[in-house]
Amino acid sequence: MYDIKAYFEAANAEEAVCLLRAHPDACIIAGGSDVLVQIRDGKRKNAELVSIRGIEALRGVSRTPDGTIRIGALTSFARLGKDPVILECIPPLAEAACQIGSPQIRNIGTLGGNICNASPTADTPPTLLAWDAQLELFGPEGTRCIPLQDFYLGSKAVDKKPEELLTAVLIPAGAYRGFAGKMVKYAAREALDTSIVNCSVSVRLSEDGERIEKARAAFGGALGQFPARASSAEAAATGQYLNGQLPALFADAFLQDIHPRDGWRASKALRVQIAGELAKRVFLESVKRAGGVIHE
Amino acid sequence: MSKQIRLIRCTVNGRLREAAVDVRASLTDFLRGDFRLTSVKKGCEVGECGACTVLVDGEAVNSCLYLAVWADGSEILTLEGLAGPNGELSDIQQAFIDEAAVQCGFCTPGAIMSATEILSEGRLLSDEEIRIRMSGHFCRCTGYENIVRAVKKTMLLRLS
Repeated sequence: MYDIKAYFEAANAEEAVCLLRAHPDACIIAGGSDVLVQIRDGKRKNAELVSIRGIEALRGVSRTPDGTIRIGALTSFARLGKDPVILECIPPLAEAACQIGSPQIRNIGTLGGNICNASPTADTPPTLLAWDAQLELFGPEGTRCIPLQDFYLGSKAVDKKPEELLTAVLIPAGAYRGFAGKMVKYAAREALDTSIVNCSVSVRLSEDGERIEKARAAFGGALGQFPARASSAEAAATGQYLNGQLPALFADAFLQDIHPRDGWRASKALRVQIAGELAKRVFLESVKRAGGVIHE
Repeated sequence: MSKQIRLIRCTVNGRLREAAVDVRASLTDFLRGDFRLTSVKKGCEVGECGACTVLVDGEAVNSCLYLAVWADGSEILTLEGLAGPNGELSDIQQAFIDEAAVQCGFCTPGAIMSATEILSEGRLLSDEEIRIRMSGHFCRCTGYENIVRAVKKTMLLRLS
């Protein structure tokens, strides 16, 4: 038996907000793969749960007339990994989704849960950051949108009030059109393991393919307190002409942006070594996917 | 606060069932306790071993990370549901035996349920794809090769 004190089901977002207001100690449960494990680990004693699983409107991927990709917060990783819109416009997000946990976890885990659980090693936030994702939050005062970049405030601290729920992830057309990228999750095992380095890059080349018009990069895998953009790496690459030194330049700058620590999964030294090598490879692959040529 | 009980209706191995479940119960507890479906194993209970894997509406899930109340309105399939009317083993079960993909047998029911989902797609997967799709199962005995081969063998037989 799970240590659950009370369980409520919301039929829609408004009801979810009402339930959260009425039960201030309650937390949202969606797929359950984070919350139920936390209950098992004794981290949520006498848990009060507001289930949002029944809110079908929060599932699925669509594209609005202006080209914005809208991913419902309850969309499972399995679904994300094979969605045609995602595969066409943001392939690294599908690749990230396909590396989470196991097939069974991917069948139940949700994108919203991955974002809101705020683990520093979460697998999708680095890619969402590298593609300028926005979050749509719904609460007692209605709907608001914030960039994912502004969501993480500190260790496990997010800009979401207890009575709010994440309803969708939005990626505007300007954030994905013309961009190509790659992400890498590095972990000790190939499945059912937490990342120790996560690096995601997206680039848009100039029309002649000779310059990086814009580079975006983000890290996760506990290379910091929370997933974040690698601004030095971005500044090092953006505007540069493609040349053989660029990947190493990018990687060196990337190492300035991360602040890993020694942990039981991996030492700081290992994280730094792997992050430096992977940043180079991910950058190179991103440029290749964008149609650029770098002679190494 | 008093115990919370909910009435749920679901299909379990093809039979329509109605049950009053404690909201705290996992699907593992429900299937093992209410229906004696003991093929559903308790391995880690935190979704890391796959021994508790069952199919819910055709999708493999770790029943330890699934509340029993969520089964309402769904079709649940466990290993017991694969047997024929006279208890005949299914092709995938026979393949596991023939390919020595079973030693202690503890991981086997869960692995076969994941294999069942893969096989239900009716297409040919590469060995690498099968490995990825079966990666939610820990086996301490076989070294996995025989398991992958048993799945591939059944896949080829069904498609031929």
